[in-house]
Amino acid sequence: MQIKVDASAIRQTSFYEYSIRFLFGRLMTAAAGLTAKEYGPGIGGLFLTFPAIFPASATLIEKHETQKKENEGLAGEDRGRKAVAVEAVGSALGSIGLLAFALLVWKFLPGHGPWTVLAAATLAWLRVSVVLWEVRKFT
Amino acid sequence: MSQILVRFLIGGMVVSAFAILADMLKPKSFAGLFGAAPSVALATPGSHRRQRRSPVCRARGALHDSGSHRIFCVRLPGESIMTRYRLKSVLVALCSIPLWAGMAFAVWTVCLN
Repeated sequence: MQIKVDASAIRQTSFYEYSIRFLFGRLMTAAAGLTAKEYGPGIGGLFLTFPAIFPASATLIEKHETQKKENEGLAGEDRGRKAVAVEAVGSALGSIGLLAFALLVWKFLPGHGPWTVLAAATLAWLRVSVVLWEVRKFT
Repeated sequence: MSQILVRFLIGGMVVSAFAILADMLKPKSFAGLFGAAPSVALATPGSHRRQRRSPVCRARGALHDSGSHRIFCVRLPGESIMTRYRLKSVLVALCSIPLWAGMAFAVWTVCLN
């Protein structure tokens, strides 16, 4: 299974659907900030890993996959659900990668610049997630 | 207040950027990795400059939050429940969020409080 980038997939998503994601992301980031301000950074930190992308993406994938099958004259509901389930497996692996992200930020942020640490932590998240995905692919 | 507004804008952009990237990637199991991108965490570096200690506390919170409970409470149940009981993804995703929040607070209370 090769990793591919398909730019045409962007056109399948409408402006309205992008707006929903944009608004959801905005709200969650602001909510994390307000929570940290009100209840302290410990509680605020919990919201830094809020599943902001997956819920919105899951509903869109289900809708697109179902529509695709229905356009071919087939019942697409099962296909839509299965596509979301497959993506959920990837998100579970990405969540393990988040552990590496938070560990690096926790250990290195006090002594280093925030941008450097965040960039390194993001790379660590990506690396750990991809390695786990590769391992799962071969098992 | 201005800091919250900046987060409001940057948060939307970061979440949308990861979501668009996930849309373009194939196979979908690989694209799913980006569904768990540290989007909210990346949208908050502005506050790191102002409060030197707080990001460490936040990272500790995130650390306790980002582990296995999130995987077992949001992702994997979502996957198995959806396929087994044929439920809509929006319903499963919405029900998983309180589960995630409950577990996050439970782990935080036990480990940090």
